[in-house]
Amino acid sequence: MDTIKQFSVFVENKQGKMAELTRLLADAGIDLRTLSLADTRDFGILRIIVDQPEKAEDLLLENGWTFKVTSVIGIKVPDCPGGVATVLETLNDANVNVEYMYAFVNRTPGRADTVVCVDDEQAALSALRSKNIEILTAEEAYDI
Amino acid sequence: MAKYWHEDIETMPREDMRKLQSERLVAQVKHVYEHVPYYRDLMDKKGVKPDDIQSVDDLHKLPFLSKADLREAYPYGLLATPLSDCVRIHSTSGTTGKRVVAFYTQHDIDLWEDCCARAITAAGGTEDDVCQVAYGYGLFTGGAGLHGGSHKVGSLTLPMSSGNTERQIQFMRDLGATILCCTPSYAAYIGETLHDMGLTPDDIKLKAGIFGAEPWTEEMRRSIEKSLGIKAYDIFGLTEISGPGVAFECAEQTGMHINEDHFIPEIIDPETGEVLPEGTVGELVFTSITKEAFPLLRYRTRDLCVLSRKKCSCGRTLIKMAKPMGRSDDMMIIRGVNVFPSQIETVLIEQGYSPNYLIEVDRKNNTDTLDISVEMTPEQFSDKMKDVQEKERSLAAAIKTMLGINPKVHLVSPKTITRSEGKAVRVIDRRKLHD
Repeated sequence: MDTIKQFSVFVENKQGKMAELTRLLADAGIDLRTLSLADTRDFGILRIIVDQPEKAEDLLLENGWTFKVTSVIGIKVPDCPGGVATVLETLNDANVNVEYMYAFVNRTPGRADTVVCVDDEQAALSALRSKNIEILTAEEAYDI
Repeated sequence: MAKYWHEDIETMPREDMRKLQSERLVAQVKHVYEHVPYYRDLMDKKGVKPDDIQSVDDLHKLPFLSKADLREAYPYGLLATPLSDCVRIHSTSGTTGKRVVAFYTQHDIDLWEDCCARAITAAGGTEDDVCQVAYGYGLFTGGAGLHGGSHKVGSLTLPMSSGNTERQIQFMRDLGATILCCTPSYAAYIGETLHDMGLTPDDIKLKAGIFGAEPWTEEMRRSIEKSLGIKAYDIFGLTEISGPGVAFECAEQTGMHINEDHFIPEIIDPETGEVLPEGTVGELVFTSITKEAFPLLRYRTRDLCVLSRKKCSCGRTLIKMAKPMGRSDDMMIIRGVNVFPSQIETVLIEQGYSPNYLIEVDRKNNTDTLDISVEMTPEQFSDKMKDVQEKERSLAAAIKTMLGINPKVHLVSPKTITRSEGKAVRVIDRRKLHD
């Protein structure tokens, strides 16, 4: 699979909310592959990629969290100057808008795996492929 | 199916009703003057004698009673019969100050329950119905009033009281309840719980709801009607006058018929006390003309509303009161602007939000602040920060259009605002702490 399931969870800006959420996942044996937090004064959106998406979805639903499952693209960005710039230029040339991006914790030397959320996935995937930029599959992302 | 509970009264020609009201008023004023020294003093001070009251046209001559009088006369000062003739008391929740205690003789209970029976009949209730009373039982008049009314009608009465919502729904299903009586906020909560349990209106037999005891909007009515698959009827009342059933809605849903054979309504200018003509907004005043133990004359309700004698399609000739725009003590003055919580509720429901919200008013650096927390449904949530912020902005803009002042809107997770099983607490005004 070329796209990755990401959970965007609505987190009110209250003490302990993030800890509560991550503890819930931890107690179910779910591992966080990567995360990113966007926040305002009142609330945050915690975006996470986990190793067991189906299990995580049931768990969040059962426990009343407000969340959306979003599909995002993983990119194996070369870890060198201009790596990210090339990716972004490629997307820009294909008229693809990047909504947001963040990185995986790097485990493969020479590679900075990155998550992007775009407005047109198909266009993004074919543009990246045409430039021989490698895509991180869902299986790879969950299993990193 | 019976259309009316008391057809002769409910469809009585206007002139006959005036005659009946006049006879009862004259007798009542004598009864009060003789037995209630507190009111006799007020009349004497105003220079009014019982003989000055010959018909309803003389009603305006009588002095007003207000909540302050009730507090001053607490507990027995307005009692008009010996305690030995009384069989029960009820009391207000006391949220706006000292409690008010009202006394009832058996006659008073009977007439009150008859008023509730009229309401249940107008909502389509008969002896074949199963009436689930989920108003609180106890000192509060909600439970007792509708319970008594349901008995009179001969419906099978489920005396549930409020709370334990899943059990409410279980009884509703197992015993096939057809009429639900509770506060509108609790009805909304029952609807929400029904859906959370994976059920739909098809799984219950409810056809009507009789909801009152707190202000609610037309938008809230539509939302409850949809979630429970019913027709929702408004009911109005206050403990001081008797309880629910002072006025009730018919199928036309364009206002509540006042049981004016028992309670004469007037609309006055809240500033001057002057009686205003029909169709003008003002403070609602009631005179109780049949009660024995606690007969208040010209009691100022602080509810702002309009009366109308427009012909009703249901055939009742009883005068109608519009849904009160709010009790004058629910009104908040924020940055100099009059704000009713119901105005905010209207906007929220129009914009597709749930009726679960909390209004917080405070004063920071000598400026009033208005914060509104609203629950967002999972469908309304977006992964994109800007979408969520845009939702908050557009809701704030819609509220600004309605009120003229800028609120701060906070979207919160579903089910994080405390649900109410009785009268909902929707406003927290912290400014009072500073005074």
